[in-house]
Amino acid sequence: MMNYFKMAYRNLGRNFRRTLLSGMALAMGTALLMFIAAFFQGEMRSSMETTLRLNTGHLQVKDAEYDPDKFSVAWEYLIENPQQVSAQIEAMDQVQAATPRLFASGIVSVLEESVGVQIMGIIPDSSANDPYRDGLISGEFLTADDREGIVIGAPLAESLGLKVGDQLELLVNTSEGNVDKQKFTIRGIFSTGTTSYDKSVVLLPLAKAQAFSGAADHASMIFILLKDREQADAVAGAIQGNGLQIKTWKELNELLVLINDFSNAYLTVLNLIILGVTATVIVNTLLMSVFERTREIGILTAIGMKGRQIIALFLAEATLLALGGITFGSLIGWAISAYYSKVGVYFGDLGMSNDMLLNDRIYTELTLDSAVNLIVTAFIITILASLYPARMASRMEPVEALHGAQ
Amino acid sequence: MEVAKLTDVTRKYKIGEVETRALNGVSIIINDGEFTSLIGPSGSGKTTLLQLIGCLDQPSSGKIVINGKDTTNLNRNQRADLRKETIGFVFQFFALIPTLTAYENVEMPLLLNGKNPAERKQRTLELLDAVDMGKRANHRPDQLSGGQQQRVAIARALATNPKLILADEPTANLDTENGEQVMEIMKRLNKDTGATFVFATHDPRVIKYASRVVTLQDGLIVKDSNSK
Repeated sequence: MMNYFKMAYRNLGRNFRRTLLSGMALAMGTALLMFIAAFFQGEMRSSMETTLRLNTGHLQVKDAEYDPDKFSVAWEYLIENPQQVSAQIEAMDQVQAATPRLFASGIVSVLEESVGVQIMGIIPDSSANDPYRDGLISGEFLTADDREGIVIGAPLAESLGLKVGDQLELLVNTSEGNVDKQKFTIRGIFSTGTTSYDKSVVLLPLAKAQAFSGAADHASMIFILLKDREQADAVAGAIQGNGLQIKTWKELNELLVLINDFSNAYLTVLNLIILGVTATVIVNTLLMSVFERTREIGILTAIGMKGRQIIALFLAEATLLALGGITFGSLIGWAISAYYSKVGVYFGDLGMSNDMLLNDRIYTELTLDSAVNLIVTAFIITILASLYPARMASRMEPVEALHGAQ
Repeated sequence: MEVAKLTDVTRKYKIGEVETRALNGVSIIINDGEFTSLIGPSGSGKTTLLQLIGCLDQPSSGKIVINGKDTTNLNRNQRADLRKETIGFVFQFFALIPTLTAYENVEMPLLLNGKNPAERKQRTLELLDAVDMGKRANHRPDQLSGGQQQRVAIARALATNPKLILADEPTANLDTENGEQVMEIMKRLNKDTGATFVFATHDPRVIKYASRVVTLQDGLIVKDSNSK
């Protein structure tokens, strides 16, 4: 066994430049795949986490009649006594936060310009609002009893030329189907890192939003975050309430869950394509090596080496090439992924809908699982690819092999 | 004792539509300990005959028995085993594996025969000394002269103590001095070990070493000094 590897090592060294180039091809393929895997994983996690954190939560409790597309604040679509309901839910062990939110459609207007927004009435103290509170880039967050304050996203402030302390006029569709308007002072400007979301949402304290829109003591939903999102079904089952609908994050994000499930299959196909190309390089290298060494193969068969031993010799070469190339490639891939997991890849506002939010900056995430998976796949494909030239060498007739090179 | 017995052996090659007959019905018996030279002009069938005796090739018809074993129905692996155990080869070109040292080249057949490390070392050094290459054991082929390479090839051919050693134009690429030296070594080993040597050559200086000279022409044996 050792002798095969010793011979293989020396054979690879004979045409060092070719070996180096083939090894590099394998290394590049592996590094590229590792980065793509890390990027994909980061992207999927980011889109899932951002969407859940900002948009859907892990569970939503709404009135059975509620239509999320209309943002209607007509009382028949809303939950009564939302604070009481949310307090009960928040008392459950698995729940991290449960807070009422009221949604209304509105228009922000400054001088000549106006922009359609979603008004979100929140209980400022709830930890479910951390993304906005922690994302404040200037000013302060809302307080529950603030009657004139508003918090808006950075891209909206920028597009309207607003800063903390400035006033804006907000129009709202009320529960009676009228339009009401009022001036608000900007208390704070936040950035969640997702531009498409930040430019479409403005925050008011729940009490003010209720009074402004005529929703009285009602809310659109109870927004719930769990300690472990896999508990969503169990918690949903435990929440009781007449005339309420309870939706888990899976039901609320069917498309996202589907894409997430498919991403592995997609990644596998991509792996096979790139590794297929790399494998062709390896086959080519070994085939050239077989042709160049026809006479040697003849000599080895003449002194009694059998077909399977010739195969073993070439497989040993492929193994060494694979070990070198894949190890080097993994290190590069790991280094690039590690770098971009800190720095992120900036994409900016991709104009996604709120159904599937994506952070402006994607941070790569390389899991041990996917790295090992990739390394093993690359190794197996390289060895399988080398079987063809190896078998070809093993089937040479000794006379022809000896003759062919004279 | 018969080391090789060929009965009415033919070998045809088909190149495109043209069929050529390299051997036209050759029968010959090679006995233990002989030092036989196959001579004849180019294309007379010397190399083909040597390859058939060496189980590197198979006859189109006829029967070949090597060391008492009929080779007619042997498969690739069985032929490889027979070569490994019974036959050693010395080729016209200096057929060493370029990535292996002289020592490793000689050791290779012993490895293939599954000898243990101690046995391998003893036998390899002994053979390298026998061909006067002991001091160059760690040299690669490209660091050796043609004559030195051929001596290593002879050592390798003898490694497993084969009954039969086949040499195809072993001196063709050597100058007179090295050619003589190589023939001296083969002759000496023939005497010392009792191994049977068959070599194909058209070098008249080599023929003087042979105890038996077989002349081929157009794929037939036209003269055999044994049947005088």
